[in-house]
Order: sequence, then C-alpha cells, then structure tokens
Amino acid sequence: MTPEATKRQITVPVMADLAARNESPEILFWVGCAGAFDDRYKRVTRAFVRILDHVGINYAVLGLEESCTGDPAKRAGNEFLFQMQAMQNITTMNGYGIKKIVTACPHCFNTIKNEYPALGGEYEVIHHSTFLQQLINEGKVGVSGGESFKGRRITFHDSCYLGRANNIYEAPRDVLAALDADLVEMKRSRANGLCCGAGGAQMWKEAEPGRKEINIERTEEALATLSGAAEALANLGGVETETNSPGPHDLQGSIIAVSCPFCMTMMSDGVKNKEQESRVQVFDLAELVASAEGINA
Amino acid sequence: MPSILHPKRSRFLTFTRMLEHLIFFLLLVAAFGLFAWQVRKIRANILVGRDRDMSGHAAERFKKTLLVAFGQQKMFKRLTPAFLHLVVYVGFLVINVEVLEIVIDGLFGTHRFLSLLGPVYNALMATNEILGALVIIAVAAFWWRRNRRQPVRRLSGVELRAWPKLDANIILYIEVILMAALFTMNTADLKLHQLRGQDLPGVFPISSLLTGIFPANESLLHVLERVGWWSHIVGIFLFLNYLPSSKHFHIIISFPNVWYSRLIPQGQFSNVESITHEVKAMMDPSYVVPPPPTAPDGSAVAPTTFGAKDVEDLPWTNLMNAYSCTECGRCTSVCPANLTGKLLSPRKIIMDTRDRLEEKYNSPLIFRPNVYGPEAKHEPVTDLANATLLRGKVTPEELWACTTCNACVESCPVNINPLESIIEMRRFLVLEESAAPNSLNVMFSNIENNGAPWAFSPSDRFNWADDLFAAEKSAASSAAPEVSPR
Repeated sequence: MTPEATKRQITVPVMADLAARNESPEILFWVGCAGAFDDRYKRVTRAFVRILDHVGINYAVLGLEESCTGDPAKRAGNEFLFQMQAMQNITTMNGYGIKKIVTACPHCFNTIKNEYPALGGEYEVIHHSTFLQQLINEGKVGVSGGESFKGRRITFHDSCYLGRANNIYEAPRDVLAALDADLVEMKRSRANGLCCGAGGAQMWKEAEPGRKEINIERTEEALATLSGAAEALANLGGVETETNSPGPHDLQGSIIAVSCPFCMTMMSDGVKNKEQESRVQVFDLAELVASAEGINA
Repeated sequence: MPSILHPKRSRFLTFTRMLEHLIFFLLLVAAFGLFAWQVRKIRANILVGRDRDMSGHAAERFKKTLLVAFGQQKMFKRLTPAFLHLVVYVGFLVINVEVLEIVIDGLFGTHRFLSLLGPVYNALMATNEILGALVIIAVAAFWWRRNRRQPVRRLSGVELRAWPKLDANIILYIEVILMAALFTMNTADLKLHQLRGQDLPGVFPISSLLTGIFPANESLLHVLERVGWWSHIVGIFLFLNYLPSSKHFHIIISFPNVWYSRLIPQGQFSNVESITHEVKAMMDPSYVVPPPPTAPDGSAVAPTTFGAKDVEDLPWTNLMNAYSCTECGRCTSVCPANLTGKLLSPRKIIMDTRDRLEEKYNSPLIFRPNVYGPEAKHEPVTDLANATLLRGKVTPEELWACTTCNACVESCPVNINPLESIIEMRRFLVLEESAAPNSLNVMFSNIENNGAPWAFSPSDRFNWADDLFAAEKSAASSAAPEVSPR
C-alpha cells in the first residue's frame, strides 16, 4: 500500500464561504496564532483538522479573518490592545452567529471563554483535549488502526491555562489513557504542575536574570520521571544539573505530551538542550490521537 | 471557699477580691476597646482600595469559607505543617471555651463557673489539657523548622528577616507562655484541692502528672494559681492587641478574606471598564460613553489611573489579602520564577503591600517595615515623599518575571491572590509609563500590525491548510492487509 493510493486531500471549510452559502457550522475551530504560524504547531493544527474531517463533524475556521485573541497583550498589562483585539474578533464571530468554538490553544481557550463575555462575546468554548475526550468516549475515534503506543512511556505536562486556570486536568489524561500507553505522572502535576515558563507573555521576552531557565527545570523533571531516575528527581530544585543521570527505564521512545503551543515550544527546546531529542519526543494530544487512528498522510 | 479566717482578715480579703474584679473588668474593657480601635484602623486602610463588587453568591461563599477557612482544606497539601497547624488551631478554638470561663470567673468572682456542666466539663478540661500539651509540642516543632541552621526553604528569604522573622518567633513564644500559664493554674488549683482533701471539678490528665513538682504550701499554691490565672488572661489581652501589628492577625481576617475571595476561574483577569468604553467609542462613533461616576456629594471623582502604582490603586480585596498573609511562603516556594532564582517572590509583593499601606495610612502599634539588602535590587528611592508601592518597594524586574501560572494563587491556604496585584502593576507600567521591556513592545506592535504576536504576514495565516492530506481510514485499517501494494 503506498500512501498515494489511500490519501485524500482535505479542503478546510472557511466561515466566509459557508456564510455566503447561508450555511452555519456546528463548531468553529479557532486555530490561534501559534497554530497558524508556528511551524511545529502547524502540525498540530493539521492533525486536529484530520480528526475533525475523519469524524465528519460540520466545522469551519475563520481563516484570514482570525486575529490574535489579545491574550499575550492582556497578560503583559496592555489592556487597551487586548480589548481592541477582543472586540475585533467578537465583531467577526458575532457577525457569523458563532455559538460553539473548539481550540487547541489553552490561552485562546481561556481568553475567549472567560474574558470575551464581558465584552459581548458569549460562546460555548471547549479545549481540544475535552473535545478529543468526548470523541473517544462516544466511540467516534477508536484510537486504533494506526501507530501503536502500547507500553510506551508517556508523561503529561499540564498547561497552566488549562489546569489551574480552568480546572481541566482529567480530559487530557483520559485521552492518553485511551492510547493504552504507560502513563507516568510527574511529581508536580495537575494543580501542582510546574509552568513551562512561557505564560504571562514570557514567550516573547528573555527571562529575568536567575539561576536557571524554567523550561530546563521542567524538562529535567519530565526526563527524570520518564527514566525513573530517582536521584535526578531528588536533585531538582532550581539548580542547573550537569548530567542526565540514567534511570531504570530507557528513554528511547518516551513521549512528553502537551496540550498547548507554548508548552510545546518550551518542552521541545528543553529536550534539545538536554540533547535527548533523538530519544524523547514532544507531542500534542491531537498528534498522538491522529497517529493512533492512522489518519496521518 | 468557706472562710475560717479572722473576720478582719476576711473583710480585707473581700476587699482585695472586689479590687481584683474591678481591675479585671477594667482590663477586659481596655483590651477589647484597644483592639476595636486597632481593627477600625485596619478597616480604614483596607477601604483605601478601589471599589470591587464582591456581593452575592452567599451559599457558594459560605461553603468555601467552611472548607478553606474553617476546614483548612488547602493546608493539607503539605501534611506535616498541616497537622502541626491543626493542633494549634483546634487548641485555639477549644481552649477559648476555658477563656470564656476565666472571663466569667473574673467578672463575677465565681470559681470554675462552667463546672456546672458536670461530665461535659470533665471532658472539656481533659481535652484542653491534652490539646495544651500538643500545642507546646507543635510550637516547638514550628520553632525548629524556622530557627535551625537550615530552615525549611520557604521559611527563609529576602523578605523574611528582621521584624517578620522576629514576629514569627514572638508568636510562638507567646503561645508557649499562655499554655504554661494554663498548666500552672490547673496544677496549683489541683494540688491546693488535694492538700485540703477537696475535689476539683474537671479532669486534668497533664496537670495531675505535674502536682509532684509543685510545693506543698497552701498560700504559695494559691499565689501560683492566681499567677497562672492572671498571666493566662492578661497574656491573651496582650496577644489580642499584638495581632494587628503581626502576621498573626490572620486568625481573624482570613475568614472574611476567604469569604470575599474570587469565585470565577483563576485564569480570568479583570476587565478594565473605562478602557472598554474608549475602545467601543473608537470602533463605533455613535457609541455614547456613560458619564464618569460622581462622588456621593455630586462632585466629580478624579479619573483613576490605569493599573496600580500605589496601594490605593489596588482593589480593596487585594489590600485585605495583605492583612491575611501569614508569610508562610507556600506561594514563593511553588513560583516557577522564584524556584529558578529570579527576583520575584509573591510573598514579598503581599508583604510590601501591607508595609506600604501602613507606612502611608494608619500604622499599627508596632510598625517595622521591611528593609531589604542590595540583593532585592531596589532602585534607590531618594525622594521618600514620592515613594510608592511600585517604585519604592516592588520593582519592575519582579513583576516582569511572572509567568501568570497561578501556582501562587492555588497554593495560598487563605486564598490570597498575588497575581492580581502583579497584573495591576504591570498595567500601570505599560499603560501609564510605557515601560514594558522592549521585546514586549515589539510583540505589541506585531499584534497591532499583523494580528499575531510574531512578525508574520497576516496573508500567510491560512497557509497551514495548504496541501493537507489525510489517510483513508477504511483502507488503512480494515482493508489494509488485503490491498496488495503496487
């Protein structure tokens, strides 16, 4: 079987076209700036669209009409710029009569869900981890027929804007559990999860002077958890450690699962910094589900 | 007590008794009066903050207060200090019943008034004694955690020296003194009754072990009993009036603090309404901006600044936060910035807020604002008259290190929200002073010009959808083995 024989092109439905045909989608997929521009996260966007297409849901994207939600501006204190962005997006979405939104970015999710209502944008917003969990629970996605993750060691890194900010801890774990992988939890997880270091507009600036980068601290914790290196875990505490002390588990094939574009960047950079990129991969939930479902092409 | 003394001496004793009641009454009134006066000052300080509507949702707030404040739910994320604290907390609550008895005895000249409760009183006294002993053990453990060569990490730090360090220890010493006074009183009373062959109402499992070390001298025992009684109650009066100067004020204000804490998701940042009107007017010229609020007397209220430069720019809830802080450092110990050696410590921002509030408005009886060494990297404030929270105490370097991850908010046992204060001060830096780090200004202009925080062309936004293919599921899974490769 060659891929050419079985692959099929997806034309992503755009809201403006649907509106011109007087149609309305069941759900709007909010792509987000990272999902649209960041080379790594574009792969997540494409994986998620494959899933949407695969389950046959009636969806659409805003395409060129989408603009930054304003999250980084608001976290950095630029309330004026945030509200300009928010109202522009709300005008667009209300114009199309959008009711329900799914997004793969916890920052977009938090902003649209929690901060747009005060400015006139009231929608049902769900994060793609919850959306994927629902698809799996409903049996629309069987997570079978593709790559097998059985027995592979996966640790999930909680995104602050999904977890503490919005109390979503179980949906991403349920999705991973469906992969039948060997799920290991970091000591700092769920409500006690350690930030990747990118939130609050840190993504766009150098960190303040300190002993260590936050993403290195978090990556070391993830690697030590995956390898089971008790000594390395005990040594964590904001101090740069020189070596990767080995644990009982071979890191080869291990996965750090994320659900946020900024966590993706920070954890991937951390793994590279620790020179483990040939052994440990960082994947978003949507990529894992699409691979397991065998719909990547 | 039946008197077998000489009538003249008996009259003298009656007089001293009367005097004792009078002194007690005056002390009681003075203690509560002074405390009320201090609480009014704290209340005035908190009300300096900006208005914020926290009314409504009584059922939800009641439940939260029950769980977080009374039930200490969030303390139990760390078991050792949670159990130690629980002992002192339950001890405080239960032993207060005995304090009530002391007040009744002091006012009306009764002796162990509550003994009319009979077996309940026995159980109460026994519980008190055991709790009292446990409190002493817990306090000793607390002291060790703070004062050993390598203290618990969160119990040290740049903001926890000088007065805050001393304050923490003073609280522990006072608690031990109060417990010692209680045991002195009970042991002397017990032995006095034993010598007279009388039964003392109540059961005293600890004091009955201590009677051996007390002198078998009635008048000395009587003095010891009085010394214990008076030191316990006067100690409590003094402690009560020490609270407003101390982090220990949390035993009172953490309850309203939890009651008035946010019910909305932690990720939701406040909306600045004045900006909403401006933006709406910009987008729609026909939008009518509502007139600015006026003072109760009809005069115009001075326009508020964007964000917070000083304490009065913060919402009142954030000022109440500052008075609720126990300086336990759970926030700082989970802060990713602090963990990796950055200057930011959420606890310091809360402590700075209280210091600044008391420096600028009402000061407590004991007021020693924190002074930091060079490691706090303060900008030299030469113009003390114009010092503010942001420019005199909290530095921009601290504020810009925050990842807004909410770990500090999640960790606080009394629902303090350091993140709100940080964001308010960031707003001031950006909107009033245009003092954001340069890289953030680049990000702002990218959003303005390209609709994305990076410098990408908006026309490329939909390129991700080009050449997007999916594998045919039916062929890939069920039919796959049968289809012969070509």
